[in-house]
Amino acid sequence: MQVFDADVVIVGAGGAGLRAAIAVAESDPRLAVALVSKVYPMRSHTVAAEGGSAGVVLPEDSLEHHFNDTVSGGDWLCDQDAVEFFVSQCTREMVQLEHWGCPWSRRPDGRVNVRAFGGMKIERTWFAADLTGFHMLHTLFQTSLKYPSIRRFDEHFACELLVDGGRAQGVVAAEVSTGELVSIHGRAVVIATGGAGRVFRENTNGGIVTGDGMALAYRRGVPLRDMEFVQYHPTCMPGTGLLFTEACRGEGGILVNKEGYRYLQDYGLGPPDPWPRKKAMELGPRDRLSQAFWHEERKGRTVDTPHGPAVHLDLRHLGDAKLRERLPQIREMALEYLAIDPALAPIPVRPAVHYTMGGIPTDAQGATRLAGLFAAGECASSGIHGANRLGSNSLAELCVFGKAAGEGAARFARGADAPGGSTLRWQEQDAATRAFAPLQGPAQGEALATLRREMAQSMERGCGIYRTAAELEATCLKLAELKERAARVSLKDRAQAWNTEWLGALELGYQLDVAQAMAHSALARRESRGAHQRLDGFTQRDDAQYLKHTLAWHAGAEAPRVTYSEVVITRSPPGERIYGKADPAHA
Amino acid sequence: MPDGAKTIRIEVLRYQPGERQEPYAEVFEIPFTHDMSVLEGLQYVKDNLDGSLTYRWSCRMAICGSCGMMIDGKPRLACRTFLRDFEGTVRVEALAHFPIERDLVVDASDFVEKLPRIRPWIEARAPRDLAQGEYLQTPDELARYEQFSHCINCMLCYAACPQYGLDPKFIGPGLIALLHRYNQDSRDAAAGKRNELVHADEGVWSCTAVGYCSEVCPKQVDPASAVNRNKTASALDWFARFLPGRG
Repeated sequence: MQVFDADVVIVGAGGAGLRAAIAVAESDPRLAVALVSKVYPMRSHTVAAEGGSAGVVLPEDSLEHHFNDTVSGGDWLCDQDAVEFFVSQCTREMVQLEHWGCPWSRRPDGRVNVRAFGGMKIERTWFAADLTGFHMLHTLFQTSLKYPSIRRFDEHFACELLVDGGRAQGVVAAEVSTGELVSIHGRAVVIATGGAGRVFRENTNGGIVTGDGMALAYRRGVPLRDMEFVQYHPTCMPGTGLLFTEACRGEGGILVNKEGYRYLQDYGLGPPDPWPRKKAMELGPRDRLSQAFWHEERKGRTVDTPHGPAVHLDLRHLGDAKLRERLPQIREMALEYLAIDPALAPIPVRPAVHYTMGGIPTDAQGATRLAGLFAAGECASSGIHGANRLGSNSLAELCVFGKAAGEGAARFARGADAPGGSTLRWQEQDAATRAFAPLQGPAQGEALATLRREMAQSMERGCGIYRTAAELEATCLKLAELKERAARVSLKDRAQAWNTEWLGALELGYQLDVAQAMAHSALARRESRGAHQRLDGFTQRDDAQYLKHTLAWHAGAEAPRVTYSEVVITRSPPGERIYGKADPAHA
Repeated sequence: MPDGAKTIRIEVLRYQPGERQEPYAEVFEIPFTHDMSVLEGLQYVKDNLDGSLTYRWSCRMAICGSCGMMIDGKPRLACRTFLRDFEGTVRVEALAHFPIERDLVVDASDFVEKLPRIRPWIEARAPRDLAQGEYLQTPDELARYEQFSHCINCMLCYAACPQYGLDPKFIGPGLIALLHRYNQDSRDAAAGKRNELVHADEGVWSCTAVGYCSEVCPKQVDPASAVNRNKTASALDWFARFLPGRG
């Protein structure tokens, strides 16, 4: 196996991985960075983020407001020290992107413009039309090309995290074009591989969002935190799950049921007028809006579409010119995928899985419990999202925590010995055996697509918007069964070069591990908070027992072990989440 | 599939270098629904008929740029091309002008290696600390380059460009559009350095003004106009060197 040596190995080259790589290069150009990604960086899923990224700029806004919106949005499960650090860094990072060329939308005076997002008291979402993630990713990628110390391993699929002497020391990865394994050693490792939304059926995520880095750390004894908190985005395309950004509502769009009624007023988010109004109605938080859809469906007030029930996102009153300027991609998607001109007709939408709030626990410097291992972005649980992420905090998170993790990894690498240790060679052999196992599966066995479909259906049934112990238990059993069956997967493709079926089988292994962490964490949390809502007698938040982070620990072939850790509260004691008319700000 | 259900055929030009040295056509019959994209058709084949069918994809919404391929002879994104627009059979093959690695996967390294050569980053006209906040840039100044910043690097324009097909040294339409994007940005001062590449043999003068690149662009970037504006700029620059007092 060919071995490469670096100082810092970064796995994942989306927004967080690129920001980390630049941070290492800027903090010490002598440190060699290996940037490993299973796709070319500009294909990473950051590219699909639409609406915008948070950073306080308006004089009537404040870090205090951003902090409060984030903590109450997260139903008080946020680590408040992490949130304080986060909100203090967002604007600086948005300005940094501006200096690197990001084409932020502007006001007539040349200053950057901001828009409102859900759960937000004052407008603070920086945006580049509705292509914000696309522009951020390309800006970061193109800027990263300036730094000679960054060596990319594009289209290299991570198979194993190397750990020796209690310290992360690199990764084993498969070069996709040849199927050959390489070992990339480093004094520090940053995981920035994104979320895991593809374990669900209807989701907004790209095909690559399979929880790879979460599973790699998890298998090495790092727990996954708060995995039961999975965000359903309320406005997605029925069937495909493609996203219609929250900015549609930030710009004034409304949601109506089949009677043309703005139903959110029935769920504690009203009154409907005046509109638009912040932290009310369609600008409520995502968890509440997705839950309201579920109730509307039960009441038979949804619209039928060929892909199931939906409600209507009505943008007609914005007019064609504003749609073209502020929401060009939304307009294009509605026209091309649904043959609907949003200036003339409402768009059918429904909730779909969008974001993994939980992940690899880190401190505010991106450091994990394992020495030398850092994590940033959606794969991490930095503590800022709690039980429900606020829209436009995730793009800012990529930058704030990507930078912190890169600088943390650089510091660690400078003080660490060169990688080595008696077991690395053995681990590399072991990684190869496991990685190639699916290629040696039986001629007649389990079909990959069937296993994947059964996993996604079971996750949707058990870990959806509302949950019960009975359905969660069924999902836990199903996942255990699928893990056994996955060992007998039969691939049609036995080639080594460009074998995407083989890589899909490895991804399925990651997904099943992550799905188990989600389902078992959800079963154990017998309360309702944020995106985790129980119907079976645990419908209320229970701070006495569950103002705690869940930790799911990998336990080999057994079900994950679930424990808890404390939530950091600095200045905002748990309170009631208030939206709509009850908010004193609008009284 | 159920009896009487509507179907459509996808003919894939396959290349499986481990098994057969020559490319060959293979036809798959799949169920048809009105809203299915070509990408969804290929996914049906991979999941149900032949797991060895190989292609790149991810976002499904025409923004990641992974799934460019020739569809009925024209460079297109598979996720944003719909089966309903074809009669009977859809022909699919790898993107033209790039070496083929396997089935619909091309070797993109030429494009990716050229990218840093155009210096696709800001070299500040007036360096500014982060504490000083953002550069002022009016909507008009933004509009001067914004369209050219929409390139998703899908490389369809390279597959459309006859000149790139003849001589891959040509920097190509997409990257000239990106170069133009940075040159037009009010924050940037590196146009001079980039223009050395514009004037060189592999720069704008390689273009024979066919304009097919702009026709196939899924994001209306219009690389042909970027190339042509740089031809004018390049020519002006050349004449300017003979003016008194310059040079």
